[in-house]
Amino acid sequence: MIEGRGTGLTADPWATLRGLTHARIGLGRTGDALAGREVRALQAAHAAARRAVHATLDPARLALGEPFIEVKSRAPDRGVFVRRPDLGRRLRAQDATRLPHAPCDVVFVIADGLSALAAARQAPGVLEAVRVALPEWTIGPVIVAHNARVALGDEIGALIGARCVVMMIGERPGLSAADSLSLYLTWGPRIGRMDSERNCLSNIHAHGGMNHDEAAFRLAGLLRGARALGRSGVALKDDSMSARLPPATP
Amino acid sequence: MVFHATLQGERYRFDDLRTLLARASPLRSGDELIGVAAADPVERVAAREALANVPLRHFLNEAVIPFEQCDVTRLVVERHDAAAFAPVAHMTVGQWRDWLLGYEADTAALGALARGLTPEMVSAVSKLMRNQDLIAVARKVRVVTAFRNTQGLTGRLGSRLQPNHPTDDARGIAAALLDGLLLGAGDAVLGINPATDSIETGMMLVRMLDDVRLRYDIPTQSCVLTHITNSLAMIERGAPVDLVFQSIAGTQRANEGFGVSLALLDEAHHAARSLRRGSVGENVMYFETGQGAAISADAHFGVDQQTLEVRAYAVAREYAPLLVNTVVGFIGPEYLYDGKQIIRAGLEDHFCGKLMGLPMGCDVCYTNHAEADQDDSDDLMMLLAAAGVNFLIAVPGGDDVMLNYQSLSYHDILTLRSIYGVAPAPEFEHWLDRMALLDGARRLSANPPRALPGFLNDARE
Repeated sequence: MIEGRGTGLTADPWATLRGLTHARIGLGRTGDALAGREVRALQAAHAAARRAVHATLDPARLALGEPFIEVKSRAPDRGVFVRRPDLGRRLRAQDATRLPHAPCDVVFVIADGLSALAAARQAPGVLEAVRVALPEWTIGPVIVAHNARVALGDEIGALIGARCVVMMIGERPGLSAADSLSLYLTWGPRIGRMDSERNCLSNIHAHGGMNHDEAAFRLAGLLRGARALGRSGVALKDDSMSARLPPATP
Repeated sequence: MVFHATLQGERYRFDDLRTLLARASPLRSGDELIGVAAADPVERVAAREALANVPLRHFLNEAVIPFEQCDVTRLVVERHDAAAFAPVAHMTVGQWRDWLLGYEADTAALGALARGLTPEMVSAVSKLMRNQDLIAVARKVRVVTAFRNTQGLTGRLGSRLQPNHPTDDARGIAAALLDGLLLGAGDAVLGINPATDSIETGMMLVRMLDDVRLRYDIPTQSCVLTHITNSLAMIERGAPVDLVFQSIAGTQRANEGFGVSLALLDEAHHAARSLRRGSVGENVMYFETGQGAAISADAHFGVDQQTLEVRAYAVAREYAPLLVNTVVGFIGPEYLYDGKQIIRAGLEDHFCGKLMGLPMGCDVCYTNHAEADQDDSDDLMMLLAAAGVNFLIAVPGGDDVMLNYQSLSYHDILTLRSIYGVAPAPEFEHWLDRMALLDGARRLSANPPRALPGFLNDARE
């Protein structure tokens, strides 16, 4: 018994519904199990995601059109980075001393996180749009960070003297999107900030996720809200923090 | 207190109970990350030898996290039931392990014991058990809860239908919801993880789920898994909230990281119960947990991640939840490195949760940066079904397009029903019959979308 798509003359009853979501709905079935082609399709997507996890961020391909400062965390390579999030949350010593003290309203960090592909594809577009949305804000130098976790922004923001840091960081790759970006906003960045003190916009990508303009619009709204409130986190509502466990943060 | 063991001519010393538990724990990356794992396999087994000789009573006198520094420790001490503990009070951890596997430790005896147990006792005994022991004992425990159907009965396996969408699009969610219902999933809960934390979106989603439930008269419950403060706000605004969700952890500081306190959990529990929306029961809370949560929040106090996980269950059981599940492979390889560690942790969490008296389910899952794949998930779902897990989570095709990880598919739930001869909750099974979604052999038919007519036409936008 094989049902579902591609079974011959009758039209696929799921065709319209499949246009509403990238979720794997209306899959072919044999007995209780998924049809073989669906199993192989999932394996192919998983293989691509595994490759994205181990990719590196190439600043030249960001085409930022402005000067940027490149920094690295204390995790020396991708293998250590995956297993040691603590090392990904701190700057290596030479980069910590190299960052300028340049007080500003907000500093943006383009970070690889768990998908350098996401940072490369989404961060420059979001950054360009958010600059337009925040004409009155002073914006610090763009930072490009390697082997970076979300909390690395706390140290960067504190060293620069920014009132707020926005980490533009690659999410761990999913099967339908290996290039999905998250934005983490932390008001008053300093080492030791907790996840509940951040706000997040997630799922910024071109496969049915949030587009760059919408992300920039919502980020600008959150930034204004945080400035008015003098803080970020659970007290600042209308954010996009997933209700799941904070460890989901890259 | 200092503990010692001599193994193969070497004498090992463990400075306190916290250290002893950590060294005895099966190898996992989270304990290595915070530097509490055993230095080598021999030290690990030596620690188990020492742990086997610790009297259970000792756990009432030595806290792994000081009473003054953690409200979870205070909760455990204050709520300990000495009468329930009495049947095992004279045993060591090692003796208790053997007792648990004995024939006299039956369903009634294990159920009566729950309130006499502390998380650290339960964690300790699990470290002396092999995977098959965790399955064999958990299988004897029954924890039955109810809201609009009855979860946890013998011969039943619940499923959470998780129709997430990356932008919370109502029609996209409805399409995934329909897919799951037609495949017979969703008796444990129709539960959405929203991509946004907005209260308006939450209200829209909870109303949409309730509309679907009412239209097709589905005997199940819904939940939007948003922060507990959002659920409270939605209740205040009159939203039809069935279950209140919250992620919880095993230390006060980690819970602060989640933005929750025991007082807040209490408030939400009362608020949800006051709505009186259940038809066959009043269990209104839904908790998720996972090894590594407290480490991730830098709130671990040098305690191993599995012991911390069981402490979260001490929090959960205060609120008589309908559902609790460990999101076992979700947190990432820094806590559970590969399929072997994920499978072991899933079995531990289920066993420990059940022994603590919780209606334990599991999100059998892995992320793309872990050394695991669908074969590992197959193994764990089979083992958990053998262990009598209350419910499992399922998403379309096993691929969650919002949270970016792989869980089980609705098809996997069908496979488990066939292999283990289990069925969904009786009220929900009856609904599948009423809607003619089963075939003559009581298997799911190949149901086309029109089997639930009008589903997308009326879904609230």
